[in-house]
Amino acid sequence: MTGQLAFDVAHLFAGGLVLVSFLLLYQDRMTGLVNIFALHALVVSLSVAWQAAIQDASHLYITAAIALVVKAIVIPLALHRIIVRLGIHRTIEPVVSIGQTMLAGIGLVALSIMVMLPITAQAGTLAREDLAFALSVILLGMLMMIARRNAVSQVIGFMSIENGLILAATGAKGMPLVVEISVAFSILVALIVIGIFLFRIRERFETVDVHLLHEHRGEQP
Amino acid sequence: MSALILGAVLLVPALGAALLAVLPDDRIGARLNVVVSFLTLACALVLLGERPAPGPFLIVDDLNAVFILLSTLVGFTTSVFSASYIAHELDVGHLTPAYLRFYHAMYQTLMFGMNLALLSNNVGLMWVAVELATLTTVLMVGIYRTPAALEAAWKYFLLGSVGIALALFGTILVYLAARAVVGEGLDAMAWDVLVQHARHFDPALLNLAFVFLLLGYGTKVGLVPLHAWLPDAHAEGPTPISAVLSGLLLNVALFAVLRFKSVMSANPAALAPGPLMVTLGLVSVVFASLMLYRRQDIKRLFAYSSIEHMGIITFAFGMGGTLANFAGLLHMTLHSLTKSAIFFCVGHISQVKGTQRMAEIRGLTASHPALGWSLVLGVAAIAGLPPLGLFMTEFLIITSTFAREPALAVILGLSLVVALGALLARLNGLAFGEPDERGGGPAKASFAPIALHLALVAAAGVWLPPALVGWFQHVATLLN
Repeated sequence: MTGQLAFDVAHLFAGGLVLVSFLLLYQDRMTGLVNIFALHALVVSLSVAWQAAIQDASHLYITAAIALVVKAIVIPLALHRIIVRLGIHRTIEPVVSIGQTMLAGIGLVALSIMVMLPITAQAGTLAREDLAFALSVILLGMLMMIARRNAVSQVIGFMSIENGLILAATGAKGMPLVVEISVAFSILVALIVIGIFLFRIRERFETVDVHLLHEHRGEQP
Repeated sequence: MSALILGAVLLVPALGAALLAVLPDDRIGARLNVVVSFLTLACALVLLGERPAPGPFLIVDDLNAVFILLSTLVGFTTSVFSASYIAHELDVGHLTPAYLRFYHAMYQTLMFGMNLALLSNNVGLMWVAVELATLTTVLMVGIYRTPAALEAAWKYFLLGSVGIALALFGTILVYLAARAVVGEGLDAMAWDVLVQHARHFDPALLNLAFVFLLLGYGTKVGLVPLHAWLPDAHAEGPTPISAVLSGLLLNVALFAVLRFKSVMSANPAALAPGPLMVTLGLVSVVFASLMLYRRQDIKRLFAYSSIEHMGIITFAFGMGGTLANFAGLLHMTLHSLTKSAIFFCVGHISQVKGTQRMAEIRGLTASHPALGWSLVLGVAAIAGLPPLGLFMTEFLIITSTFAREPALAVILGLSLVVALGALLARLNGLAFGEPDERGGGPAKASFAPIALHLALVAAAGVWLPPALVGWFQHVATLLN
């Protein structure tokens, strides 16, 4: 395997992940959002598996398998069930319009490339561009958490942040504890999803919209 | 032998959690919780005497010894308070025995997570431990299953998770900076190795990492503007958890920031971490002291007071220098003791009164003298009145700042006066005046933890053991 090919494929996956993050931003239906998230997780697991192959780090295959099974299959299935049960497959509840969100997203990607590339000049080329892509995915995930009101889309935003972190962690060659960290993250995500499902967050309070949070504070005059 | 004790500090709470999770009887559960917490405290005390050599995963040094001792001590006293608090919640029917089992198991898991975070010699392991501690508190905050409690837990969960995600990105960047110098593998994540080699790290990478770490762990410290989860989580969860959150978990997050601060300061070319921490700390103090006015919920009031004090402590460590570090460390210790004592009082008060609304609580010193006067003493301490311990530390922080940055000292001092006014005005309504008729029953309270904490705080204002002063001064020079 030539070094150049290994490099190009790694870039393909990392760049693909940023692209899928943009796809997440402009979904206007819940079912579409969940399907695109499954694609997001699939791309991340392919990327991790590729890193495992080119770095000769077989433990990373575990991380790739976790990403594939938990986040590309189990969680999307669970989310589909939640969406049907709660009857929210049409509602996406954006705070700002999708066009503006996309523009903000482009700005964030430009920002992360401008921040990361000069700073990481000493790290290897592969690591530095992977980091720039990873930071873009993280910022886009945060944008999604801010720009959506519904609890399920916020969770998907959070999970896309997590995928970005896994991309960064596997890109940092030889980082110990990556598998442990990805397991810890999977537990976190699983708990969030169980939380939505069991406690029926929508029934108790429809959104995590800040305006509505004041209701229960007992602080309004 | 010493390695065995080090393991015990972690294993005792972990085994305790497993045992409490399967034990069906809730009365025994509460007692076992106390016993396990006491054993952990005993192990921590032994650990102070003999320090095992740092391994790849765990380390005991002078800095985390302070935190471990404080953590296990408050963990133990809170478990004593929790036993009487929980018994009442069970009688009233707020909690069922099944939830109680879950609660006790989570309490020990939280202790395990915090001890692991404090003892870890590995940035990745510390991150996992802080995440574990966050998760357990989220589950406990939502334990009452009321809409308000679930909402508080959800908000805490989302904000805490984003904070933790930022911290992980910072951790990865630190590893990248270290890898170029130390080489791949566990060494590039170990504290002692990081501090030793920090001066050769790429400063730009370290700067970026510290910004992410400060924002990430700063969310967990409750620094303004990342504090939004804190008042809700304190107000809606069970009161023992409010005490542990304010008294311990905020400290653990601050400890993480301090560890990374010492890596940053070891590299002369990197950004000085002090001014960033001073700014965040000062903003928190000013904001929280203004927010203390117009609070209507008693636990929310003291939650904002925690934001204020974490701001003071972050400010002190940001200023740096032996004196400010010493004062910050002592302030942190005394704040933990005082704030948890206040929450113990508040827990019993809201149980006898059946409400957390301050407008409906009056004349406590007449109706429940012991609780009322404990609250008066606790609030006087937290407001920084002499001769109690927190007055001395606040005085030290302001005077040491005044010599270097007079303007900042003036802002800090004014905010403390503003907070003092708010707290005393509230205390006047709560503790004095005509008691109202509601819930006049005698309190089945456990006064021992409250008395112990307040006695320590009062004593610290008058006399500090020279051994303690020497220890803290040594840590203060390490933190420079």
